[in-house]
Amino acid sequence: MSDDLAINVINLNKFFGPKHVVKDVSLQVKKGEIYGFLGPNGSGKTTTIRMMCGLLTPDSGSGTCLGYDILKESAEIKRHVGYMTQKFSYWDDLTIRENLDFVARMYSMLGRSQIINETLETLGLSDRANQLTGSLSGGWKQRLALAASMLHKPDLLLLDEPTAGVDPSARRDFWEELHRLAAKGISVLVSTHYMDEAERCHKVAYIAYGKLLAQGAADEVIASQGLSTFILKGTNLSKAMERIESAPGVQQTVLFGTMMHVSGLDKDLLRQSLQAAASEYGLEVEEADTGLEDIFIHLMKQADSN
Amino acid sequence: MKRFTGFSFSRWWSIVIKEFLQLKRDRITFAMIVAIPVLQLVLFGYVINTDPKNMPTAIISNDSSVMTRTIISAMEQSGYFKFVANLPNEEAGKAALSRGKVLFVVNIPTNFTKRVIRGEYPSILVEADATDPTATAMALAAVMQLPSSVVTRDLTGSLAFLAGKSAPFEVRVHRLYNPEAINQYNIVPGLMGVILTMMMVLMTGLAITRERERGTMENLLAMPVRPLEIMTGKIVPYIAIGLIQATIILLVALLLFRLPFFGNILLLYFVVLLFVAANLTVGIMLSSIAGNQLQAMQLTMFYFLPNILISGFMFPFLGMPKWAQYIGSILPLTYFNRLVRGIFLKGSSFSDLWPNIWPMMVFTAIVMTIAVKFYKKTLD
Ligand SMILES: Nc1ncnc2c1ncn2[C@@H]1O[C@H](COP(=O)(O)OP(=O)(O)OP(=O)(O)O)[C@@H](O)[C@H]1O
Ligand SMILES: [Mg+2]
Repeated sequence: MSDDLAINVINLNKFFGPKHVVKDVSLQVKKGEIYGFLGPNGSGKTTTIRMMCGLLTPDSGSGTCLGYDILKESAEIKRHVGYMTQKFSYWDDLTIRENLDFVARMYSMLGRSQIINETLETLGLSDRANQLTGSLSGGWKQRLALAASMLHKPDLLLLDEPTAGVDPSARRDFWEELHRLAAKGISVLVSTHYMDEAERCHKVAYIAYGKLLAQGAADEVIASQGLSTFILKGTNLSKAMERIESAPGVQQTVLFGTMMHVSGLDKDLLRQSLQAAASEYGLEVEEADTGLEDIFIHLMKQADSN
Repeated sequence: MKRFTGFSFSRWWSIVIKEFLQLKRDRITFAMIVAIPVLQLVLFGYVINTDPKNMPTAIISNDSSVMTRTIISAMEQSGYFKFVANLPNEEAGKAALSRGKVLFVVNIPTNFTKRVIRGEYPSILVEADATDPTATAMALAAVMQLPSSVVTRDLTGSLAFLAGKSAPFEVRVHRLYNPEAINQYNIVPGLMGVILTMMMVLMTGLAITRERERGTMENLLAMPVRPLEIMTGKIVPYIAIGLIQATIILLVALLLFRLPFFGNILLLYFVVLLFVAANLTVGIMLSSIAGNQLQAMQLTMFYFLPNILISGFMFPFLGMPKWAQYIGSILPLTYFNRLVRGIFLKGSSFSDLWPNIWPMMVFTAIVMTIAVKFYKKTLD
């Protein structure tokens, strides 16, 4: 059964001094799956990913990556996994080509210069290949790091916020590329703060304060929380805000300019309260689908109050 | 399942190339490579001075009498000499000097006492290893006083009749290796080792902590490269730099200080290579132990001090207390000082030098092992 799992970790724990940063995290990623890893800042995403590729030793727990034991076979994992760090970690004082060349030699790749030329071509960095990497803009550094981490054609990609600071069209290209790779059987674990990216994943996991709070396909995750959402529209939204937040049945509100997402667990109670408020302030109410973002905010609030 | 253990040339070479490229772009380091050796040579070369005691001395005596015993004890009381060996003949004396076992050989000729009594005015020959002229100068000055002090104070019994008269014998001094007693002849070859130690340890001391602080370590650790590949790969460019610096020092020594050079230049480069490798491994080891660049610098200084003080660079090795000699004989610089002085001033051969060569190789192997052990394979 575990043969079709690219990642299978069970009850990972990590302490930094007295701080319990990752708590009993278990995660299964199937081969050919794109798995989104979400959670607020400092929730333990980077730490979890580092434990999977042997950069940190878990204090307890076990697991495998591509069938290799994460505790004992990290050398094998490193050869077959492409890891992109959250913070840019290529060498600023090497040129773009030299950095790629370094990686290619590191994995003893054949036909190095051709592969590098192709990569540069795809990246659109051919004419800047001999420029020092440190002089690239943030987004371009990110794109280079991504290409470098895929250079050796790994079977599993661990990408830690790969698209942070990348412009929308490059992000779209990147996600198309990810789906192409997944279709070929390559597995991807990708952490992100973007909701549109979360929605493009086959599955997502949400972590807060080191605990996995939900995981599964996006619609499963949404359904599992039993949250109902209504949209309010109108010009007096900001005035009505306080009144709505304190209304019975209202769990959370998210304001988007001229409309507001209001969610709660008790659908009927929520509808009543909102209709009352709507008539008072002259707003429109309509029922809506609960989105991943609503769910994540809900999960975070719950974790906060615990 | 296929196990993955061997040393990979491709990965090692990728580290070597990367280090060369980074070094090439680091202008300040490049300037240091040239400027530091020249500056230090000029400063130290003119400044350093010393007055050591208890230097090992051998005696060749075919004449045992009250007279000779008096002379020997007078020499010992001067504080400069410590008799460590009785040698049968002059060849043995020469050999002991050449190996650096002793700094002086006192040769009392046959029938010395008889000839004194007969009034033949015989002479005692003191041969000195004058490689380090400041070390021997004071001792030799003391030895010249010997005849007159012995007659004025120490003669009793059957020799009492000589007391108070003018000296009945003389001491002749024979300086070997550096007959004109030029101080720089000793200091400058010694400086080669000191400068190389400082530069090599300092430059590699930062090699791994720098990766840590720039955040590039995470990337390196996520790649399949092994600690030994990283460490030896990072050392290679600095070996080249060590050889360049040794050449600069050699040129300054020969052209500015006009040092004589009696030895084999290839032999010199061979021992420089071994010595540079030894120091680079120290730097890499300190770097893998240190948590950050500041700690690495502090450890470097900590390593540097004993090298200056007890390697035989500042004070003659054999003139130091025993405990200092024990510590000193761990340090590669101790052996290198002997090697360089031997090659420069004595023209020593490989077999003369071998006892000082192998300890450096053993040192390098041990330190490299420790470095690999301490290298952190994770970010914990
Ligand atoms: N080396 C370390 N030493 C001590 N604490 C650490 C270390 N690395 C991470 N932490 C702590 O562990 C917690 C989780 O950090 P982590 O980097 O895994 O979060 P994250 O989910 O990746 O956050 P972000 O979205 O901001 O990247 C944080 O509270 C952080 O301060
Ligand atoms: Mg992170």
